[in-house]
Amino acid sequence: MASGQKAARVGEEVWKTRVDKVNAELVTLTYGTVVAQLCTDYEYDYVQVNQQLDKMGYNIGMRLIEDFLAKSNIGRCGNFRDTAEMISKKVGFKIFLNITPTVTNWTADNKQFSLLFDENPLADFVELPDDGRAQDELWFSNIFCGILRGALEMVQMSIEARFVSDVLRGNDVTEMRVTLLRYTEDEMPPDDE
Amino acid sequence: MPDAGINLLRQSAIPQVWLRGGPVFALLIISKAGSLIYHRTFPTSATGTAGAGGTTQPQTVGTLGLPGTSTLSTNDYLVIAGTFHGVHAITRSLTPRIPIPPSAAGPSGRSWTYPDPETPPSGIESLESSFFRLTVFQTLSGTKFLLFTDPSMPNTDVLMKGVYERYADYVCKNPFWQMEMPIRIDAWERSLNQWLTRR
Repeated sequence: MASGQKAARVGEEVWKTRVDKVNAELVTLTYGTVVAQLCTDYEYDYVQVNQQLDKMGYNIGMRLIEDFLAKSNIGRCGNFRDTAEMISKKVGFKIFLNITPTVTNWTADNKQFSLLFDENPLADFVELPDDGRAQDELWFSNIFCGILRGALEMVQMSIEARFVSDVLRGNDVTEMRVTLLRYTEDEMPPDDE
Repeated sequence: MPDAGINLLRQSAIPQVWLRGGPVFALLIISKAGSLIYHRTFPTSATGTAGAGGTTQPQTVGTLGLPGTSTLSTNDYLVIAGTFHGVHAITRSLTPRIPIPPSAAGPSGRSWTYPDPETPPSGIESLESSFFRLTVFQTLSGTKFLLFTDPSMPNTDVLMKGVYERYADYVCKNPFWQMEMPIRIDAWERSLNQWLTRR
């Protein structure tokens, strides 16, 4: 796919030339501390922690999208498949984290796909608490879901994102499921003469 | 910040006179909801060291920072922004929608297509008078940047891109700026100074 290759080049170039880098350990430790602190603050109510992480991500995504657009200088995606390639694999995760999650498991209606994370800088060195619940309830990297939701909302897409498996929980892969709910086009209604 | 070195060079290599009176007149930013979140006029009269200290600004006169143009109140700017927002939406809706047979309808299920399916409708992109040119840039997230420049000014799109990048950096990444709210951020002002008044 020609456009996909072009996007990959954009991602590579932006990552190499336009992005300030920080030490990966700083990111990992900062994020780890945030999650651990949330766990303490919410008395290990992991459902709440997941929600807070998602909310924080949402606020990040709404702001980060401008940086993404300004740096990558790309136009609007023609369809949700392009969006998936763009935000996740070729440009989005690439320029911010230098990872390229695999886009896969599309549903027939092209409205739902999975991102498989081969590597996840947020979760290096992490071991979930051994309290019998964290393994089943905490989605450690849930901030990603919020970021995607916030960023896509700003470009008129309403989506739902959630993790369905995580290597931290002992699953084979780390998988996020992304569902397009609808395009929220801000055009005037056709009959509004 | 990569710009600092370049600006030092420029300061030493280019005579001060050239630095005065850049052909950028004004910048307005309209939020996606249509309200004015930022406006600023740039000094265009020869009032000396324009923004050399970063924050000290020479007095600007009139709408576009020029003597003899009527001075607008903040309220007037709000009205302009609101009006432009409406006009922009109307011009955008003027993009023709060409009917297509139902059999050829794409996955979106629409019964029409734009003249060039690859190009989404955009609304006013520039507006020109004998004295100024207004360049409009709407981001994919719906924020509009309005840049008033001298009509002879080349490459306003590059200028605009720089403004957008600075907006992404100094405004969006400032955690204490609330989205959709007026922008009052010193670092952003300084960055704009460097980008828009020293050329």
